[in-house]
Amino acid sequence: MIEVKKLTKAYGSFIAIRDVCFRAERGSVLGFLGPNGAGKTTTMRIITGYMPASGGTVLIDGLDIFSQSLEARRHIGYLPESPPLYGDMRVEAYLRFVAKLRGVASAEVASAVERVLNSCGLSDMARRICGQLSKGYRQRVGLAQALIHDPPVLVLDEPTIGLDPRQIHEIRDLIKHLSGERTVVLSTHILPEVSQICDKVVIINDGQVVLEEMLSALPQGRTLEEVFLEAISRERHAGRELDEETLEEVGAGRG
Amino acid sequence: MRNTLTIAGKELGAYFLQPVAYVVMTVFLLLGGFFFFSLLRRFDVVLQMYSAMQNAEQLSRFNLNQMVIDPLLQNLAIVLVILVPAITMRSFAEEKRTGTYEFLLTAPVRTGEIVAGKFIAAATFVLIMIGLAGIFPLILIMFGDPETAVMLSGYLGLAFLGVVFVAIGLFTSSITQNQIIAAISCFGALLFLYVISWPAQSGGAGLAGILRYLSLPEHFSQMVIGIIDTQDIVYFVSLILVALFLTQRSVESARWR
Repeated sequence: MIEVKKLTKAYGSFIAIRDVCFRAERGSVLGFLGPNGAGKTTTMRIITGYMPASGGTVLIDGLDIFSQSLEARRHIGYLPESPPLYGDMRVEAYLRFVAKLRGVASAEVASAVERVLNSCGLSDMARRICGQLSKGYRQRVGLAQALIHDPPVLVLDEPTIGLDPRQIHEIRDLIKHLSGERTVVLSTHILPEVSQICDKVVIINDGQVVLEEMLSALPQGRTLEEVFLEAISRERHAGRELDEETLEEVGAGRG
Repeated sequence: MRNTLTIAGKELGAYFLQPVAYVVMTVFLLLGGFFFFSLLRRFDVVLQMYSAMQNAEQLSRFNLNQMVIDPLLQNLAIVLVILVPAITMRSFAEEKRTGTYEFLLTAPVRTGEIVAGKFIAAATFVLIMIGLAGIFPLILIMFGDPETAVMLSGYLGLAFLGVVFVAIGLFTSSITQNQIIAAISCFGALLFLYVISWPAQSGGAGLAGILRYLSLPEHFSQMVIGIIDTQDIVYFVSLILVALFLTQRSVESARWR
């Protein structure tokens, strides 16, 4: 389970996310949506302990990612925006390295590598050099490294980006299949993806959560696209009103 | 400890997956061979000259250690000043650029373990390189009569120097994601530690002492002539520890910035 509580992150004077709250339940897939630059990657980087928040907390299965960082990080499998591959290692050697670093027992490393090679469709690629793989295969190796220690929590930043339609289909099946006992959070631009594999959707815009809803509870007869666009434009609208007010204030000040 | 060794093993392997390692080693050994050949040649010529002059007193003062090994080690040290930055520049800078840093920092691994692993790998690499340069004294032992203990002391000094360079190189690599910046700032720092005692002659006694103490060659030269002083060992070890501590802080700072 992931609990995100009032998360705020400021880069200097720029506030990337503000008071972001949501919960991802165990055994469910949460789709994290938002336009470019909305703060998706920032949020995910904080959840996985890569960077600290300026305010707020994240609990991973009840463990605080800041104060119990090491223990919490053990529970997470993370696929960053760009797959973190060492260009000159072979796929197999890379996965072995990741497995050891993620705390897989020495005796089980080989079987763990075997397992993810199979589940991510990489069996034929085991001896290939990471840097020479196509985008789609790099993405799969990225997914494999996130799964290697069989983590209870999976955080996937745009897992299907750069894949061809058949691969997208396979990866989606894989994620759906994975969810079972796990907590999965994935970010994406692709709305049909969310309706296909997610149980819950969180929409973020301009660094703030504008919608957190179970997919089944969304209004009947409306596509996710409509919901998404409405959630975002509502926020923009509010933003514009605010701007007009400030303008008036400035104007009043001059007068 | 397991994490440290895992990282060290992977890093050391990575050096040999890249052409850089082979180029660096080749350059080091080629230059070393050239120095060795020239110094030995000069030794030979001078020796023959004095023999012809039947100058027994001059001849007795002659020795291989002073005329070959001493300048050879001094020259190899300078070559290390240039080559070590090229070895260490990737260690952190590359990971930041390719995004693997994000994996490393989100893995359940302590920052200290990451730094220690990378340090062990780079230090091992440099020590292997210095070890291969051990062929030169071996040749001397086979064909001449040098003082082995003095040579060992000199090589120990070179090893310490190399490891100090590695620690400083790791630090400069940890503060940037640009390998060129990492290499140049490491090179600058090493060169500065090499020449830091230059103003000592003109400074006051107190300042001169401090500058001399900070200077790398002051300590290294002692070991090259066969003096192993705890003071020099303490100097080298503290430099290594300070540089590694700064590296650890610099990597850790990504977590609170």
